[in-house]
Amino acid sequence: MKTHKNSVEIRGLDLRFGHVEVLKNLNLDVNDGEFLVLLGSSGCGKSTLLNCIAGLLEVTAGQIFIKEKNVTWAEPSDRGIGMVFQSYALYPQMTVEGNLSFGLKNQKLPKPEIAKRVARAAEILQIESLLKRKPGALSGGQRQRVAIGRALVRDVDVFLFDEPLSNLDAKLRADLRVELKQLHGRLKNTMIYVTHDQIEAMTLADRIAIMKDGLIEQLDTPNNIYNRPVNKYVAGFIGSPSMNFLEGTLEGNSFKFADHSINLDGYEFTRQNQSGGVSFGIRPEHVLTGDAVSDAVFSTAVQVQVIEPLGSDTLALAELAGAKFWIRLDGEASVAVGETLTVGLRPERASLFLHSDELRV
Amino acid sequence: MDKVNRLEGPAGPRPKKAFSGRNIMLYGTLIMVSLYYLLPLYVMVVTSLKGMPEIRLGNIFSPPMEVTFKPWVKAWSEACTGLNCEGLSRGFWNSVRITVPSVIISIAIASVNGYALANWRFKGADIFFTILIFGAFIPYQVMLYPIVILLREIGLYGGLPGLVIVHSIFGMPILTLLFRNYFSSLPEELFKAARVDGARFWGIYFRIMLPMSLPIFVVAMILQVTGIWNDFLFGVVYTRPEYYPMTVQLNNIVNSVQGVKEYNVNMAATILTGLVPLVIYFVSGKLFVRGIAAGAVKG
Repeated sequence: MKTHKNSVEIRGLDLRFGHVEVLKNLNLDVNDGEFLVLLGSSGCGKSTLLNCIAGLLEVTAGQIFIKEKNVTWAEPSDRGIGMVFQSYALYPQMTVEGNLSFGLKNQKLPKPEIAKRVARAAEILQIESLLKRKPGALSGGQRQRVAIGRALVRDVDVFLFDEPLSNLDAKLRADLRVELKQLHGRLKNTMIYVTHDQIEAMTLADRIAIMKDGLIEQLDTPNNIYNRPVNKYVAGFIGSPSMNFLEGTLEGNSFKFADHSINLDGYEFTRQNQSGGVSFGIRPEHVLTGDAVSDAVFSTAVQVQVIEPLGSDTLALAELAGAKFWIRLDGEASVAVGETLTVGLRPERASLFLHSDELRV
Repeated sequence: MDKVNRLEGPAGPRPKKAFSGRNIMLYGTLIMVSLYYLLPLYVMVVTSLKGMPEIRLGNIFSPPMEVTFKPWVKAWSEACTGLNCEGLSRGFWNSVRITVPSVIISIAIASVNGYALANWRFKGADIFFTILIFGAFIPYQVMLYPIVILLREIGLYGGLPGLVIVHSIFGMPILTLLFRNYFSSLPEELFKAARVDGARFWGIYFRIMLPMSLPIFVVAMILQVTGIWNDFLFGVVYTRPEYYPMTVQLNNIVNSVQGVKEYNVNMAATILTGLVPLVIYFVSGKLFVRGIAAGAVKG
């Protein structure tokens, strides 16, 4: 991956619809060849941001650069982008071939060049046999492939995906996800991908930008987002079931809650010498059970209230210090409702957030 | 537990009674209503096929003893209005020359209006739209005389072009509303995709929107053809007698006070005048359904 060169650069972007501020002074750098995922719950402004980059929405303030060129006022077709939509947005009256070549005809490219590019895209996406068909005669997965092809033929630097897999069923989504990742590996284009699906985000992204209320909360690699969330929102948003939080206080080098105390040796502090009310976050899969409890700094007994067997693993819901506490167990583990389970916590895997600013300690 | 015989008792679809109270109410009402509408038509058709002596016998419901098409021929090419005895044919061609350009012009302009209002949100679009819709509620009588003056000033009063302009303008509010709503209902992402693909205002209109809009064009055409063909008021106000549309001429034939009332000719003339909207309904009704079905395929 070529680094230190920005493919897409966003400077101080504001977008308002009337009095509603959708994007607030947003800055973002996307590296050349990077797969960036914009992740957030609905209404966080992720699709709006993508539409701004595409030039389909007029920005209220700020600048957008694509390949070092200021495209803030440029037409969508002049920005060097290709876009794939959630509803495929194929032109129903045209054949697949017509759909792929429409943009190229608008660019007034010579016919042999158009044919060459359509053939290449069709080959990459394996839709050669569908070229003469109309979109109405295609399945959902085939349609989305054609939609990707329409972006592919444009020979652009940046691909924009607006929840492209959300209309597909679960099986097909998983298949196309892999194909997309392979496609990126082959093309090495910059891709910006909007989704609300964490699994898509985690699996596809080089970096994930978690958005909330028109702001980017955290922009980092999937690994860091998952293991070292910068604030409580990101920590609770990523992961399913979400992170367990124990409310208590941070005193020196120990976390005190209810009448327990956990020694925090081994916890990597982001900020030193903080104290006061904190949330101690631990993911269900990082809660130790069985023999592993002996490794834990702290252990306690909880009573299982609900069991959710998922096949690959089993989730157990318990209560600890008055809060819901999810535990991920092995799929083979035999637990029953009402049973008492000894669980262990290790501070290395935990995330602490100060109550006052909800940021990582 | 006792063994239950599974072969007895209800199985398969529940039987329906043909003469249930609900069915009798429903079909009874439908039959009554269709009779109410069909009876006058029946009387018109029979009367138009009778000679005058037979009509004078007074049995308006009885079928003709001797079928004659003379009244139809007379209504079409011989009936007199004032000094002119060319029958309805002249009015028919006038109406064609009024309806065809009015329908084409009004639909062409209104569809572009609707497209611009739905997809290219320009500044003041909402105000423009509100004013346009407001226009649909202004009674025609209020504008009748001012338009006479306007047409006179631009030298189009009394001829066909003036009437075509009036019809096109008066069709604008409702047609624009129709097209705007239809284009708004098309997926917005299609429009966005076309923009990313480099199509501009007219490119998107002709290459993307038009091919998807057959149903709404058929609906607009039905509305306009029937509306303009059946118009009497504008025709009588804005044209000279030699350009009167068919409806006005029909009125003049039926209401002429001189001579004997030829009921058979009047009936034939009335049916002739109403024939065009009827044909439009029958022909395009099919097209309409097909258009809707074609539009229902998700792209």
